[in-house]
Amino acid sequence: MLFSRRSMLRATSAIVGGAIALSSFGAQAADTIKVGVLHSLSGTMAISETTLKDVMLMLIEEQNKKGGVLGKKLEAVVVDPASNWPLFAEKARDLVAKEKVAAVFGCWTSSSRKSVLPVFEELNSILFYPVQYEGEESQRNVFYTGAAPNQQAIPAVDYLMSADGGSVKRWVLAGTDYVYPRTTNKILEAYLKSKGVKAEDIMINYTPFGHSDWQTIVTDIKKFGSAGKKTAVVSTINGDANVPFYKELGNAGLKATDIPVVAFSVGEEELAGLDTKPLVGHLAAWNYFQSIDDPANKEFIAQWKAYTKNPKRVTNDPMEAHVIGFNMWIKALEKAGTTDTDAVIDAMVGISVPNLTGGYSAMMPNHHITKPVLIGEIQGDGQINTVWQTSGTVVAQEWSPYLEGSKDLISDWRKPLSCGNFNVKTGKCGGKS
Amino acid sequence: MRMTRLIGAALSRAMAGLGRSAFTATVAIGLLGGALAPSTVRADASDDVVAKFSTDRFPDTEKAIQDLAASGLATGPAMLDALNANQLYFDPASKGVYFTNAAGELIVARTGSKAEGVAQARLKKVRLNNSVRGAMQAAQGALSLMSPDPAKRLVGAESVFKSRDPASLPAVEMALKAEKDAKIRRAFEQARAAVIASDKSQDELNRLEALDFIKERGDQDAASLLSTISAANDGRVKASAEEGARAIQSRLALWAHVQNIWYGLSLGSVLLLAAIGLAITFGVMGVINMAHGEMVMLGAYTTFVVQEWIRSHNPALFDYSLFIAIPLAFVFTGFIGVIIERCIIRFLYGRPLETLLATFGLSLMLQQAVRSMFGANNREVGAPAFMSGAFEFGALSITSGRMWIIVFAIAVFVGLLLLLRVTPFGLRMRAVTQNRRMASAMGVDTNRVDALAFGLGSGIAGIAGVALSQIDNVSPNLGQSYIIDSFMVVVFGGVGNLWGTLVAALSLGIANKFLEPIAGAVLGKILLLVFIILFIQKRPRGLFALKGRAVEA
Repeated sequence: MLFSRRSMLRATSAIVGGAIALSSFGAQAADTIKVGVLHSLSGTMAISETTLKDVMLMLIEEQNKKGGVLGKKLEAVVVDPASNWPLFAEKARDLVAKEKVAAVFGCWTSSSRKSVLPVFEELNSILFYPVQYEGEESQRNVFYTGAAPNQQAIPAVDYLMSADGGSVKRWVLAGTDYVYPRTTNKILEAYLKSKGVKAEDIMINYTPFGHSDWQTIVTDIKKFGSAGKKTAVVSTINGDANVPFYKELGNAGLKATDIPVVAFSVGEEELAGLDTKPLVGHLAAWNYFQSIDDPANKEFIAQWKAYTKNPKRVTNDPMEAHVIGFNMWIKALEKAGTTDTDAVIDAMVGISVPNLTGGYSAMMPNHHITKPVLIGEIQGDGQINTVWQTSGTVVAQEWSPYLEGSKDLISDWRKPLSCGNFNVKTGKCGGKS
Repeated sequence: MRMTRLIGAALSRAMAGLGRSAFTATVAIGLLGGALAPSTVRADASDDVVAKFSTDRFPDTEKAIQDLAASGLATGPAMLDALNANQLYFDPASKGVYFTNAAGELIVARTGSKAEGVAQARLKKVRLNNSVRGAMQAAQGALSLMSPDPAKRLVGAESVFKSRDPASLPAVEMALKAEKDAKIRRAFEQARAAVIASDKSQDELNRLEALDFIKERGDQDAASLLSTISAANDGRVKASAEEGARAIQSRLALWAHVQNIWYGLSLGSVLLLAAIGLAITFGVMGVINMAHGEMVMLGAYTTFVVQEWIRSHNPALFDYSLFIAIPLAFVFTGFIGVIIERCIIRFLYGRPLETLLATFGLSLMLQQAVRSMFGANNREVGAPAFMSGAFEFGALSITSGRMWIIVFAIAVFVGLLLLLRVTPFGLRMRAVTQNRRMASAMGVDTNRVDALAFGLGSGIAGIAGVALSQIDNVSPNLGQSYIIDSFMVVVFGGVGNLWGTLVAALSLGIANKFLEPIAGAVLGKILLLVFIILFIQKRPRGLFALKGRAVEA
């Protein structure tokens, strides 16, 4: 008798699945619900992810003060995947298979998310992903609480094109050389061209990770901007490379009133390591700013400062995403009345919780949430002040309508469709058009 | 009855605000005559200008700034300064506008007197965006043209050049007449030319003449202005502006090569600083020190600690913070270096693989230690006044920070060279590294020399960290980004030769900067690495290979 590799795999996963079902029964009997926190606490990404771990611990502590959920206390299980993508998959497997967590909150980079996807699918667990990303993905086991490109990049470009934003006619798309900037810039380029921007008015520039010598590029930007048309820079430059970039902008005397830079990866946390006086007026596009004048936000900031015992600690957008994701998950548990993965996944869609910007965010059938889009300007004190925002919340387009490969795809995880990449042209689930 | 009282109030306010001349009084009496029309029930002009700031809408604020500049209100400049510093407030209920002065007192914007009985908590800040900021800079520029401070006049001229607001023309012309300083005069002339050349209502001949002034300026801003004018006009003005822009661009293209060399030197000096400590520990002593980058990082954190101390204890010393940090960083990282050598490296001489693993492990430990102590976030290290800003040299814009780093790198290099060549310690160190047993037989304490040499290499890495804190992130990951480059420089330059390190760092820097505009930053770096691999195949000992028996040993 011959086993095909696939049937072997299926058999194995059935056994593993059975084992999990049995042991999760054991976990149910225990008196806590475990929550996995999968954020790098060492290595290059620790700079961004450590904060998110702290937020999760704070949220869990607060929930326990309120008496937990389903009559049980929550228990955080923190692991350190050390900014190492394959290690993310291993640690995720540990969390789900060994620790039997009910859900995992984690990941920052797209690479780490892609690395853990097969684990969550295979072991059928839940991941909350809190960071803005390039889209082009919708997974049954993942809830995306960060922004898709249309919830950040496209409104930012719209703002700059408007009279308020300075009627920008010429564009520099500058990014770090990896998947998020490349995909976002591809979407933006297609979008700009659809708005009648000519190819010669778009300059695309990629730099390596951690690029620190920006002199040539800043000079190029200055030169590109001197063609007599209002120019702006759309920056998808990642984390650490931003500080030397902004320092060089400041040194070169490139002011926001001449050539504004709108950044998608620069928030309060990144600005905290920087003298922001030369950067006043440069822009950031997010779905949350610490400066938002809203009672819920004020309360959250006070809570955070008290929890970290540091009155100077700042809050940022991915933190808000975790707050929303966590509150949604708690509501879903209450609605489902159980921690059973399938029941919780079904319960999640349609849940709506208050966000920290004075509105409500809802989980849509594509497993992304609705968000307001805010454009803010950097202030001298390192905060970002809102100068423009969408009138309501924006629904995520996980499959960009501006890309050839994805414009016919939709995602809807409700029954009976239950499909993350349904092609409306061919009427089939699966595959690019 | 109520109406009359209202009119009376409006009138008395108008008298108070404007009633300096008989003319305004007449107008006020005239107003009283037509008092039945409700539209005349309004406050005086200055009230109106100021009140526009309280609507919390960007276009209104922008209009208010322009009106304020035109109104000549006495508190105008102070209001603009406050707005710039985000200290202009309005009361959403009463629509009153206030600002805080340098002493932190709340001032009524319309009168300039102290505000009594106003709860600051109730006030909202007047918000800014980039177009408001642009209008504000233009208004401030026009107002500062007559400032007694020459630097302010220059800034004013520059902002008029950028805003090209026809309304500021009389102010520029008046300032030009009064100006004595030749440099500022030129700036005023250019500002005036920019206004005239872009104003379509001006006479064509005047505009053509103005264009010549702009062409003479010859920099990127002038080229930008000329292209804007050529796009917006036709006929002779267009032709002249187009020709001017082209001439400037082609001149700038020549300067671009000079600029690449300068940027290359700057990048090279950073590489040199990062690599020069490694040239001692790896180049001279032969220790593959993967923790070298962390020594640089510790140096940068020393700078941060020094600045924090200065900020909280003696802010006046801030401009000297780097001079204080340099010796401290050298001593601190040198001390750590000696400890590392005594505790780890000395057991591993002659076992490169184990050294590599041990120092790599050490680098991770040091990173995590710093992360636990200072947190994973970037730390802010400020630039002292002499290191911020930029100045023009021909068409070259030179940033002061980068220039001082070049100077510093060369000073460190020369200092190290002298230390190795002329001091007894340098002599002993060279003796030990060339022939350990012979040196030992001559009475040199080789253990001590090893420890001090490693300490020296680490200390130099530490002072490199002080300089790099000015241009890069101060985070636990700082060292990682320099370790590969440092090894690349030392291997390319030739192990054991300081001059090799210098030549390698500068030539790699310049090559990188010439490749970057053509191939892009990513491909440029790859091409450079490929070149070094090929070069090492051909000359395994690098650019400046040591010769003689010592090499074979």
